[in-house]
Amino acid sequence: MDNKDMMLTVSSSPHIRAKATTSSIMRDVVIALIPALAVAAYVFGAKALLIVALCVATCVASEAITERIMHRDVTVGDWSAVVTGILLAFNLPIQAPWWMCVVGCVFAIVVVKQLFGGLGHNFVNPALAGRAFLLSSWPTHMTGTAFIPLTDTVTSATPLGILKEGGNLSKLPSDLNMFLGLHGVYGAIGEISALALLIGGVYLLIRKVINWRIPVIYIGTVAILSPLFKQDPIFMICSGGLMLGAIFMATDYVTSPTTAKGQVIYAVGCGLMTMFIRMFGGYPEGVSYSILLMNVATPLIERFTRPRVYGYAKEKSE
Amino acid sequence: MFDLQKTEICSFRGGIHPPYNKELTNAVPVREAKEPAVVTIPMSLHIGAPCKPVVKKGDTVLMGQMVGEATGFVSSPVHASVSGTVKAVEERPHPNGNNVLSVVIESDGKDTVDPSIKPYEDFTSYSSKEIIDIIKNAGIVGMGGATFPTHVKLTVSPDKHVDTVILNGAECEPYLTADDHLMQDSPERVVKGLQIAMRALNVQKGVIAIETNKPEAIQAVSKAAEGLQGIEVQKLATKYPQGAEKQLITAVTGREVPAGGLPADAGVVVMNVGTANQVALTFETGMPLISRYVTCTGDAVKSPCTMKVKVGTPYQEVIDQCGGFSQPAAKVISGGPMMGVAMQRTDVPVMKGTSGILCLSKEAAYIPQPSACIRCGRCASVCPIHLQPFLISAFAQKKRWDRCEEFHALDCIECGSCSYICPAKRTIVSSIRVGKRQVQAERKKRAVKNNG
Repeated sequence: MDNKDMMLTVSSSPHIRAKATTSSIMRDVVIALIPALAVAAYVFGAKALLIVALCVATCVASEAITERIMHRDVTVGDWSAVVTGILLAFNLPIQAPWWMCVVGCVFAIVVVKQLFGGLGHNFVNPALAGRAFLLSSWPTHMTGTAFIPLTDTVTSATPLGILKEGGNLSKLPSDLNMFLGLHGVYGAIGEISALALLIGGVYLLIRKVINWRIPVIYIGTVAILSPLFKQDPIFMICSGGLMLGAIFMATDYVTSPTTAKGQVIYAVGCGLMTMFIRMFGGYPEGVSYSILLMNVATPLIERFTRPRVYGYAKEKSE
Repeated sequence: MFDLQKTEICSFRGGIHPPYNKELTNAVPVREAKEPAVVTIPMSLHIGAPCKPVVKKGDTVLMGQMVGEATGFVSSPVHASVSGTVKAVEERPHPNGNNVLSVVIESDGKDTVDPSIKPYEDFTSYSSKEIIDIIKNAGIVGMGGATFPTHVKLTVSPDKHVDTVILNGAECEPYLTADDHLMQDSPERVVKGLQIAMRALNVQKGVIAIETNKPEAIQAVSKAAEGLQGIEVQKLATKYPQGAEKQLITAVTGREVPAGGLPADAGVVVMNVGTANQVALTFETGMPLISRYVTCTGDAVKSPCTMKVKVGTPYQEVIDQCGGFSQPAAKVISGGPMMGVAMQRTDVPVMKGTSGILCLSKEAAYIPQPSACIRCGRCASVCPIHLQPFLISAFAQKKRWDRCEEFHALDCIECGSCSYICPAKRTIVSSIRVGKRQVQAERKKRAVKNNG
């Protein structure tokens, strides 16, 4: 075959690219969230699925509309808004009213993500910022009534809430129940089964979407600190949003350090902060605020953990 | 007993595992290319000062005769790869994209060898300086692709203490199998070339480093090196860019080349296996560098193979001898897919550093549109120099040259691992290249200011 009339493309090297794309990574995160979604549907019923669907739809729509208004390329095809929608829904209690879901999602996408420049430019995790916004605006809707044992319909506080208020400790669920999350409703929609979240985490590790440092060190820090506060480490790990936060939110690329050393510092910071808020803070749960605070500290952490470049003797820290 | 073939496999931190696609050509025996009817010998087949033509239109030249003389120390003469008549001495298209003064020779098909070309005696009867002169006059340059004149590399200033010569048989670029075939076809010559380089440098230790995905080459070279004092065969992990000079040195010796320094600063001289083979061949026959192994491959070539091709043969002729294009080629690349250069045309000549001619279809050459950086950090984790490519490229795009410099843009080896791995498909290494050039320009400006 003659190539004379063909135009040869001239571009700079490299001329090949790896398969993974931003959307394939985001899709993997969505896949990793499916086990937790399944447990939520099993425990809470169709309403959980409705809330998730509403959040996803709101996030995707607000992203598309904002980008259109701001004359940006519409990037909803990268699945990142879907991830934000699911994560925010997972952070809501099952009785969250529909308007609250919408408000939280619009805040997360429009204010936290798009106003700061879109994907890659937000300085805190949009889903967590959305949750924090809702928590401070409508605290009664966000906490207090999330513990619904399936056997009877008595509602009560989350396990961490019981602990904080010094309530009836006999109402605390067993470690195994906390881990499986199948026999009672101990928290927000997506936080109830540590096992389901762990399965998702293992999937992300195998697919090399995340590395082990942030989730393992974050959860490890909480586990190690628990006995110092006379707490059961298993209970501390499986309750609240720790699993969800450590595996899916603290590992958000955009808002966590990229350097190995930085990730260690960040994860230890998240763990310390979580324990301090749980033990001494005004809120029963500290995961969201811990991660948000460490998000803000990320640029600073990165600055002090720059890797040693090949061919240079150990650099003095600047 | 002397441990000839170490069982341990060496590597470096970082790097990527692109699809290697070497099976297209690694089991196909090497063919000798047909005699080219016309060869184009550019005056620049190396890094350094271009040559000056010493023949004119109408002259009769013999194979191996010098047609362009070196014009400085960092320069290398060029020779006729065929015998015949000089058709023109004029500017012709060069793989670098420019037109370069070239000697065009019409072959008489006889390959009459220049009578002054005679085999050299055993290399042990020559001094270091004599060996370096022989290499210099034979126009030998780095055949791995960099084409740095070999005699310059072997002339190490006396304040540097070189103790090891490493032959680079990594061939970490996907698709290419030229070095693999060469090591299997003439392992004795490769080893002899190493011994000659060791003598030229007065060094006692030589290492031939080969990636584990070339077991036949490892075996052949190990056999050829058996019983030879001071020579080792080192297995390397199959990972890109294992064959990059700095990564190779670190993998083999554990030493680091200081920033801005040369391999000699780490006590090492690195040479491609193809270059070593040519050095030995020159001693054996007296013939200067006029031909080499070229892998012509890719999904747009009908029957890919590695061929022995004369320098100056047009790319198109090599492609035609592989059955031509099997489908329209969207890209013809000189070298491998990671660091090779995309050609505008296929009538450019094979050079001393042309290790491959890679023809890719539209699908294989497809590069997706870039999107926003999500700070996943993959580029930093694969960077073999341990840079933070996403930051440097962002600074370069904002024209913050000072920040590019601060984040060590100048240390980038342009291996392209960052661009390869980026899920947002950003052209990271391209913007770092821009940053590097600007940092260098700024440095020059500063130097002028300080002196003026």
